Amino acid sequence: MEISTVIAATLGGALIGLSASAMLLLNGRIAGISGIVGGALKLPQGDMLWRVLFVAGLFTGGLVMWLVHPGAFVMEIDRSVLAIAVAGLLVGVGVRLGSGCTSGHGVCGLSRFSPRSLVATLTFMAAGAAVAAVVTQVFGGAL
Amino acid sequence: MSNQGSLLKLLAIFGAGLLFALGLGISGMTQPAKVVGFLDITGDWKPELAFVMGGAIAVHLIAYRLVPRMSKPLFEPKFGIPSRRDIDGRLLGGALLFGAGWGLGGYCPGPGIVSLVSMTWAPLVFVGAMVLGMVLMNLVDRARTQSVQAAPREGSNSAA
Repeated sequence: MEISTVIAATLGGALIGLSASAMLLLNGRIAGISGIVGGALKLPQGDMLWRVLFVAGLFTGGLVMWLVHPGAFVMEIDRSVLAIAVAGLLVGVGVRLGSGCTSGHGVCGLSRFSPRSLVATLTFMAAGAAVAAVVTQVFGGAL
Repeated sequence: MSNQGSLLKLLAIFGAGLLFALGLGISGMTQPAKVVGFLDITGDWKPELAFVMGGAIAVHLIAYRLVPRMSKPLFEPKFGIPSRRDIDGRLLGGALLFGAGWGLGGYCPGPGIVSLVSMTWAPLVFVGAMVLGMVLMNLVDRARTQSVQAAPREGSNSAA
C-alpha cells in the first residue's frame, strides 16, 4: 500500500463526504449521483434545475481536475468498446433498480446505518469483486 | 422562496457538485485501473480505495448526526431522507447488476460522468450506455406504476 495513495483517497473521500453533507444541509436530500441524474432523466419533472446545476458542478470540478492533473483520468485497463457499453448498461439499469450506487448507498446510506444500504453495498461490492476477479483470472485482464 | 434565495440555493448546489467531482478525481475513483485493482482481491490487490469510503463516511457521519436536528434544510421546507428499511428483490438484483457493471468497466456513475471532461472514448461510451439503461428503467417503472394504477387493487405487493 502506498501512503501517498492512501492520503489522496482519504482526502478525496472527505471532500465527497463534505459535498454530501452540504447537499443534506442545503436541500435536505441524499447526494446520490444515480438518484440525482436518474431523476433528471424522468421527464417532465418540476425539480429539474437543481439536478442540472449539480451535474454542471460535477463537470466544472472535473474540468478543474483535468487542467491541474490530467493523469486523474487515465483508464489503464484493457477493455473493448463493447465491454464498456455493457458495463454502462448494467450500471444504469442496476442503480435505478436498486435505488442507488456507491454514493447514495455506500456513503450516504452507510452513514445513517440504513440496513437497505448496507445490504446493497455488500452486494454490489461482492458482485464487483466477482466480475473483476473473473476478468483477471479467466480472461487474463482483457475483455 | 425569494428569487435571491433560489439563486443562492442553485449556486450552492453547483458548488457541492464541484466539490464532489474534485473528491472523485483526487481520490482515484476516476481511474478504472485503481477501481478494478481494488475490487479484484485475487490479483495484485490495491486496498487504497477503501479509504475513499472511509473518509467520506467519517465526514458524513458527523453531518448526519447534526444536520437533521435542524427544523428544516436551508433551502427546502423539509428533509427528504429515505426511510425504507425493507430488503427486497429489486434492491438485491439492482445492486448485483450495478456491481457487475462496476467490476467490468471500473466506472460507477459519478466517476463516469466526471471523466467525460477527458473527452476519451471510454467515459463517453460508458455514460451513453448508462443513461440509456437509466431511461429504460425509468420507462419500465412508469409503465408498471400506470398498470398498477389502472388495475383494480387486489393485494398488490409492489411498493413505490
